[in-house]
Amino acid sequence: MNEDFFQGYKGEALGTLKKYNVRVWGTAEVETTRGNFNGTVLPRAENDDHFHIVLKIPTGYNVGIDIRTITGMKETGYKKANYKVPEKEFPYTEGLPHVKLLGTGGTIASRLDYRTGAVIPAFSPGELYGAVPELAEICNLDTEKIFAVFSENMGPSQYIALAKQIGKEIENGIEGIVIGHGTDTLHHTGAALTFMCQNLPVPVVLVGSQRSSDRPSSDAALNLMHAMTAAGHGDIAEVLVCMFGPTSDEYGLLHKGTRVRKMHSSYRSTFRTIGDTPIASITRKGVTHIKEQYNPRRQDRNVKIIPAFDDRVTMLYYYPGMKPGVLDAIVEQGYKGVVWVGTGLGHVNKEMYPAIERAQKSGVHQYMTLQTIWGYVHMFVYDTGRDMMAKGIIPAGNMLPEVAFIKLGWALGQTHDPEEVKKLMLTPVNDEITEREPYNGYLVYQGGVPEVEEFIKKVHK
Amino acid sequence: MSTNNALKNYESSKNVIGYVNRKEATQADYDRIGFMSGLEVHQQLLTKKKLFCNCPAGIFQKPDEYDAELIRHMRPTLSELGEYDGTALMEFKTKKEIIYRIANNTACTYDVDDTPPFPIDREALDISIEISLLSKLKIVGEVHITRKQYLDGSIPTGFQRTAIIGIDGELTLKNNRKIHLIQLSIEEDSCREISDIGHTRIYRTDRLGMPLIETVTSPEMRNPDEVKEVCDHIRFLNRSTGKVRTGIGAGREDVNVSCKGGTRVEIKGVAHTKWIPELSHNEAFRQWALLYIREELLKRCKKEQWKANHVELNHTQFSNVSDAIRKAVENGCKIYAINLPHFKNLLSFFTQPGKPFYDEFINRLKVIACIEKPNMTCSEDLESLLDDAGWKKIARQLNAKEEDAQILFWGPERDIPMALDVIEERALMTFDGVPQETRKSFEDGTTIFERVLPGADRMYPDTDSVPIPLEDAHIEKLRKNIPEDLSERYGQLVIWGIPEDTFSYIFSKNYYPLMKEIMENLDINPKFIGVFFGHKLKYLHGKYGAIPFDIHRLYELFAFLKDRNIDYAIAPKMTEQMFLNPQMDFESILTIMKYKKISKEEIISRIKLLKEKFISAKKGANAHDKINSIMGALKGVSLGNIDLTELSKKI
Repeated sequence: MNEDFFQGYKGEALGTLKKYNVRVWGTAEVETTRGNFNGTVLPRAENDDHFHIVLKIPTGYNVGIDIRTITGMKETGYKKANYKVPEKEFPYTEGLPHVKLLGTGGTIASRLDYRTGAVIPAFSPGELYGAVPELAEICNLDTEKIFAVFSENMGPSQYIALAKQIGKEIENGIEGIVIGHGTDTLHHTGAALTFMCQNLPVPVVLVGSQRSSDRPSSDAALNLMHAMTAAGHGDIAEVLVCMFGPTSDEYGLLHKGTRVRKMHSSYRSTFRTIGDTPIASITRKGVTHIKEQYNPRRQDRNVKIIPAFDDRVTMLYYYPGMKPGVLDAIVEQGYKGVVWVGTGLGHVNKEMYPAIERAQKSGVHQYMTLQTIWGYVHMFVYDTGRDMMAKGIIPAGNMLPEVAFIKLGWALGQTHDPEEVKKLMLTPVNDEITEREPYNGYLVYQGGVPEVEEFIKKVHK
Repeated sequence: MSTNNALKNYESSKNVIGYVNRKEATQADYDRIGFMSGLEVHQQLLTKKKLFCNCPAGIFQKPDEYDAELIRHMRPTLSELGEYDGTALMEFKTKKEIIYRIANNTACTYDVDDTPPFPIDREALDISIEISLLSKLKIVGEVHITRKQYLDGSIPTGFQRTAIIGIDGELTLKNNRKIHLIQLSIEEDSCREISDIGHTRIYRTDRLGMPLIETVTSPEMRNPDEVKEVCDHIRFLNRSTGKVRTGIGAGREDVNVSCKGGTRVEIKGVAHTKWIPELSHNEAFRQWALLYIREELLKRCKKEQWKANHVELNHTQFSNVSDAIRKAVENGCKIYAINLPHFKNLLSFFTQPGKPFYDEFINRLKVIACIEKPNMTCSEDLESLLDDAGWKKIARQLNAKEEDAQILFWGPERDIPMALDVIEERALMTFDGVPQETRKSFEDGTTIFERVLPGADRMYPDTDSVPIPLEDAHIEKLRKNIPEDLSERYGQLVIWGIPEDTFSYIFSKNYYPLMKEIMENLDINPKFIGVFFGHKLKYLHGKYGAIPFDIHRLYELFAFLKDRNIDYAIAPKMTEQMFLNPQMDFESILTIMKYKKISKEEIISRIKLLKEKFISAKKGANAHDKINSIMGALKGVSLGNIDLTELSKKI
């Protein structure tokens, strides 16, 4: 028998299946010291132990059988499951905008992987139409899978490929672009594409989901509908992140790719614009603008693609007692850019100074951002700050740490001249540094306080 | 058809299918229609925490007590084997907005699906294994958490996390009949519904996530009383561990019923086992009636040729006819009539007591098309909203023939297309007999459509959890905790000579272990203890509604009586005082009962005097009267001091 017949099984469990000639997807009668079990043998997740065989019993449940209790096993049939999203041709509707969905992976549309027991992406216009038929009422959809990687595996080469693809799509006359993406690093990609795709004539909307689409309460379908609406019908021709506003299925928010951050490991409403308001809210009916100023949609195709990235950039999250050797090691490894994530207004301890100076002399570009996430780097308030600036660390305003990291990589991909780099870093492409922080840009309310509780009770979370 | 004719047809159709009341029904009747029933018995476990998070279990909120609300919609997804589930699709069509009311002290972000599950509660897992062992089930080698889809919104994730603990077990009933158990699963409980109006359904999340087990029997029960007996048995077995919750909603049953040629129909969430016989009886006959209706319709036409037609009606046609319709129109409803060819005399055909066949359409309109009731009437309505002339006019508008029947319905414009589909779909199902569905139960023993019965297609593995191995050593350790089999306990009660009418109360409250402790440790007559719990305590329990003291105080009571050498016959009276004064000590209870310790000899010595008194007062009375009279006079002082049988003998 071929190894494929025993998906995921190893060690003694694999031995037991082979011994009794029972395959994965075979229906089997199993005799054990605990009694007899019947069912279909399912693949086993690779990281699970090798002492159990998984059976789907006739009532639809899965159970594991301890192979050490098995006294006999017989295959009585074989039926391989054909797991497929029902595929229907995506209908063309005259008058609806043409939107292109670029797939990078993630859980926008997905299916189960028996090897790992995890969810893997599945993707085509037909499959999407099968899963979310409402999309056909929003736009005429075309899809292309650029790559299939999980969010955490997205990196510079993917940013560059995406940017080039966006340029091509715009040249071909597309009216809006949606990018399906895992959520963990959605905001990194948002920043990268903002820098790499400038002067966009159409919206580029990044979208993901916090609950995979294999569950009924998934946010995937609604996020996708919102993203398609923003891309096809919205007027904001910028790189946007489109995700749930509240955790309720009510409306989505459109965030600038440069000001957005994932703020909760699992909430649906995890993406928040930091230090400003979101640019707009979105429902299936359309975009409602929150910020008055934005880059409107244009008919021309004059996009400027700058697909550059030097990956010799890193981030250093300062902690009390940090040793200079950490930075020295980075410099020694050949890194050319360091984004510091400092405490308070942007500080590190004095012990680091010599290493900072050494890095500066080695031509390493250093920028300061904040652990507080909210607020501006302000290095003039204390001597420490002034000292650090003197030693070559440049304050990055209220640029978010992850955004500064992406931007430094992008800038170093174009030049290593310190002044040029500094100019690129400190000249905002799209509000990665803002001149002012509005009073409603920082809202982290605390539960338990009466007025907050009253608000939470009245407004859907 | 006039109301009169409809009523007549309804009544006569009972005879046509040979319907009998449950009170008059015999096993022969159930054999004739092929009554078959199985159970899914749900039981909450007595744990400190919920099953997959660290919220406390068993704390409840009132409907209007909440700290936040959130909204979800449910979409069907693919099951593991690649098919969409039928119910899933139907429920998606209804486009319900689900609102959850969350209270901070009973629900967390896990409950509302904003945080992945925490590892399963071990306390709950162990209890479920113990009950599985007690149910003689084969314990699985590894517990796999499975997701079971529910698109009604009763669980915010859209699925219930559930897992099989054991399969293939057996119960032994009192009469030694064996009932096969298919499986026992552990699962998280669902939300409690607050309301369901139009397109909005509101739930509270307090009960959500509490550990629950579900015991599933084979469909082996052959009559309604047996279904109840098995149900009680399972409930008592669960309770015999002392590790399950009791009280309203802590145990709920789904009763699966079919008749010969029928379909498995699930009566959901039956809260009281005493409802089971009437419900299962009616369901079997409902199916029997539907099969007759099917035969009748097939005689008249073929399914492929059957087609309904409809027309929108002008509301002015009904302005003076019906309040229900007028009100609906005032609220912006549209009125439609639909013709069902060849359905004459079928709509008013008997299906359940008080419910003709057309009732099958009403709740489908409510559930699937979201149109609130009253939502329809028909040409064979037992309480028709229109007169004959009105129906004739509608029949003309629909080009209906004499052998047809008509349904008139109303609803918001957005719901009309779905309503038309629903009516046509249900009418077409008539050709197939009994639709697979779950039904909601009422106290009067009737049911209404609730949902389409979901299949195994809605199960898929929970990708958020890892399998939990169950080692032999752990199972054997748990086996030591389990009490003796319920059938053994039944047998023991019989051996002790305890009357059978006490059994239900004793097992339902799980007093057996306490009774046994009292009998054995204090050496008290078992029959006396059986009657004390099964009759006296039950009576007081019923009289005062609840037991206001820790039940183990009864052990202390008997120990106290033994210690003071007071006759146990005083125990029921003292117990009543404990109901009235739960905080009072036994000494004080005796004081307020004006109890005095008097020696047996002294009581016996009074007999002589009383005898003489009796003779002088009542000439001609017989010996029996004499004993009664003297007993009566001495009863007060005797209680607690001398056994009354002994006293009677002495007299």
